[in-house]
Amino acid sequence: MSDLTDLTISESLKKLRNKEISPVELTKAYVENMENNNAKYNAYVTTTAELALAQAKEAEIKYLNGTNRPLEGIALGIKDLFCTKGVRTTACSHILDNFIPQYESTVTQHLLNDGAIFLGKLNLDEFAMGGSNETSYFGPVINPWSKEVKLVAGGSSGGSAAAVAAKMCAAATGTDTGGSIREPAAFCGVTGIKPTYGRCSRYGIVAFASSLDQAGPIAKDVTDCALLLNSMAGYDANDSTSSKEVVPDFSSFIGQDIKGLKVGIPQEYRVDGLNPEVAAYWDKAAEMLKASGAEIVSISLPHTKYALPTYYVIAPAEASSNLARYDGVRYGERVEGNGLDELYINSRTEGFGKEVKRRILIGTYVLSAGYYDAYYLKAQKVRRLIKNDFDEAFKKCDIILTPTSPIEPFAIGDKKMLENPINMYLNDVFTVSVNLAGLPAMSLPIGLSQKGLPFGMQLIGKAFDEGTIFKTAYQLERSANFVRM
Amino acid sequence: MAEYIITTEKEKWEVICGLEIHCQIISQSKIFSGASTEFGDDVNENVSFVDAGMPGMLPTLNKECVHQAIKTGLGLNAVINKYSEFSRKNYFYADLPQGYQITQFQYPIVGEGAVDIDLPDGTTKTIRIERMHIEQDAGKSIHDMSPTKSFIDLNRAGVGLMEIVTKPDFRSPDEAGAFLRKLRSILRYLGTCDGNMDEGSMRCDVNVSVRPYGSDEYRTRCEMKNVNSVKFVMQAIESEAKRHIEVYENGGDIAQETRQFDPATQTTKVMRKKEFAHDYRYFPEPDLPPLVLSDEFINKIKSELVELPDAKKARFVKDLGLTAYDAMVICENKETADFFEKAAKGHDAKKVANWLMGDFFAMLNEKKLELKDSPVSAENLGALVELITSNVINGKTAKDVFAIMAETGENPEKIVEEKGLKQVTDTGAIEKLIDDLLASATDNVAAYRGGKVGLFGWFVGQVMKQSQGKANPQVVNELLKKKLG
Repeated sequence: MSDLTDLTISESLKKLRNKEISPVELTKAYVENMENNNAKYNAYVTTTAELALAQAKEAEIKYLNGTNRPLEGIALGIKDLFCTKGVRTTACSHILDNFIPQYESTVTQHLLNDGAIFLGKLNLDEFAMGGSNETSYFGPVINPWSKEVKLVAGGSSGGSAAAVAAKMCAAATGTDTGGSIREPAAFCGVTGIKPTYGRCSRYGIVAFASSLDQAGPIAKDVTDCALLLNSMAGYDANDSTSSKEVVPDFSSFIGQDIKGLKVGIPQEYRVDGLNPEVAAYWDKAAEMLKASGAEIVSISLPHTKYALPTYYVIAPAEASSNLARYDGVRYGERVEGNGLDELYINSRTEGFGKEVKRRILIGTYVLSAGYYDAYYLKAQKVRRLIKNDFDEAFKKCDIILTPTSPIEPFAIGDKKMLENPINMYLNDVFTVSVNLAGLPAMSLPIGLSQKGLPFGMQLIGKAFDEGTIFKTAYQLERSANFVRM
Repeated sequence: MAEYIITTEKEKWEVICGLEIHCQIISQSKIFSGASTEFGDDVNENVSFVDAGMPGMLPTLNKECVHQAIKTGLGLNAVINKYSEFSRKNYFYADLPQGYQITQFQYPIVGEGAVDIDLPDGTTKTIRIERMHIEQDAGKSIHDMSPTKSFIDLNRAGVGLMEIVTKPDFRSPDEAGAFLRKLRSILRYLGTCDGNMDEGSMRCDVNVSVRPYGSDEYRTRCEMKNVNSVKFVMQAIESEAKRHIEVYENGGDIAQETRQFDPATQTTKVMRKKEFAHDYRYFPEPDLPPLVLSDEFINKIKSELVELPDAKKARFVKDLGLTAYDAMVICENKETADFFEKAAKGHDAKKVANWLMGDFFAMLNEKKLELKDSPVSAENLGALVELITSNVINGKTAKDVFAIMAETGENPEKIVEEKGLKQVTDTGAIEKLIDDLLASATDNVAAYRGGKVGLFGWFVGQVMKQSQGKANPQVVNELLKKKLG
């Protein structure tokens, strides 16, 4: 039975349409994996197996009637940052661990409309703030690639990446504010894309940093990412920042050749002391693309070194305001106190974890009178320069190739990371610029380290040119021939 | 106008005052959500997920509110900014569900403008408008339902507001009062705000400082929040100015602070000292793109603008021969002006104005009726005046006819016809009455001719009485003069 979960979505859909397998047996296989392995990986914080099986039965009827929709019967895990009507949505924070939304996020609604089945809600760093899933109120996700030592799955979409790697769902939704889809995808040896800012609606997704947040899929391969993004993307009147740009059929780019495509290699990303294994895979990936007919060009993104500090001003600033609504007054955790101020202090002290508090404090500080110009305003200016860097670079190339992360998955509870949060923040060095510039980028597995842990490569595209990412990634995927777990 | 100077034993003082007025926008739905703005519905009935600050909810700008704001800006003779931005004003309060108010900070939708006010002595003064921006209202906290708990009503949360800020151009309570009445009149003409201060749909913050008369310095000002009637605004200015003067004359200094005016004691008291002033941490609202208006959009609204009180007043003076004062009184309220125009159509406009401002308003007052519920229609009022100008009835009879109209709502022609009230202009008939009178009142005739000219009125009265009030008084006058020699 469980070999059904080895299938990609595109393979499953073929078999479902040919009636070789039924949605019920496919869903059961995933439910079984989910129930058997969740204790081991801590990927799900809420499971909805019964709901999933009921959906699977409906899918079965749809297939029998020939009214099956594009993702009919495909069992997905949903990052617990997406509000799901009637199903607890926590953002993996104590402050929301009793919250049941009365509405569905636009992205998950699109997936439901296309026939997808939801298995449950996936673990993440609290409010998506973190790069290792260790800030979750429900504890860290364990990377399925872990050997003797338990390794982090990456974050913030750690549950999503781990569940896909461990075949506890066919694919998952993620969100990415500074690398939260790409880094865990890289750490868990799966594929994830953060689309262009505005491509997917943010309506119903618990906000972290509004100008950076973007939803995207994490899946077993590039083809599945395209199938999912087709469903997730699109303009939404409920999100004023969502784009009216036409959504192409992303699947149509799969298999297109990349002859003559110019692939940019940003020199500034070759940081001193870059992990030699990472550097070697980077070179190897460039060689593979070259072998597929692409041309490798050197490009410059001169403001790269300012990206991290810029990100860690803007993201906390927006977060400090976005998280003000969690005050214990209307929903979520309330700890009573003597008067309103005490109610706030008690509820928020109890409800938020350490990293979230740290970012609220940073954000509040950089927006304060007297500091605003030096921090927030300056960060906004640098953000513009970073965006200009990409605009200039894309005059010389069609797509940019970089590693996803400078390191391989590390141990849960790693002292160096926990003692100094800056060390954790440094892991985002290759991913945050993309969010600041609002560009689309994908991470796909390229190979294993000497320790046998996955490395990911990142492909960054022009705004609204996910198509070029898909066709390039597909060629690279074929060349890399990465073996999934 | 006569200058408003507060003279003490030591010094002559001048008052400096500026106003900030929050005006609730008339619109079907709230400014950033689809919830209804209906006033007086059940508590928490008109609350959407957005208004309640639920996780993942996003604001979407209501075009109708933008439309109303532009209209208002044009009514204030102000610059409409084609580019404006929304910002977040961050503070915690139980009736502010998001933990921030979406407002406009650096780039408001309306820039500088000017409003002419009419002062009691007949002069006018121009008050400069600094800016006007749009924002959302907060909910309502109810503290008096329980000794230990507060209750929150979010019906008002998210209702659109226009905040109009004047320059510190007021030099007396009268000027501020005249401005508020004028502003209310403009808003009502435009239909953008109902201007009801007692219901809180128009709320006024008053900034006051004083300086020695003749000086051009600006001293520290104090702000009085939420003063809720024109009268209280005027009283607040006076009382606060006197407080400042007293402090200065006793060698003290005024501290910048927020105060509250208490109408019962006619004094102000401290609400918040400057050191406890909020740091609102304004920053651009990342959930809403900048608001960019096209010339067509603005011009279309301009072309649909109604005639405003100033223009109407000028027209009534020029075309209808009204005095400036009458025109001002009639034009303050659009319904009155419309009623007047309808009544005056084809008749003696000045006489109609006199009747309207005299007997007609007195009747409404006495019956405690709104204009729209008046038993006397505009057409009937015009017809009554016509009966007077065409000498069908005289002024005295007209008052009787009007009294009947006020009771029955009948048209005056019918009343005059049925009651036989047509005045006698037939000189023969009047001559006969005079001759009879002079023949019988020989003593008085002798006295009059002997120099007691004051008796003339008695003769007129007697003739009128004999005619049962129907004789044309002018004819009676002329004939009496001739006959008494």
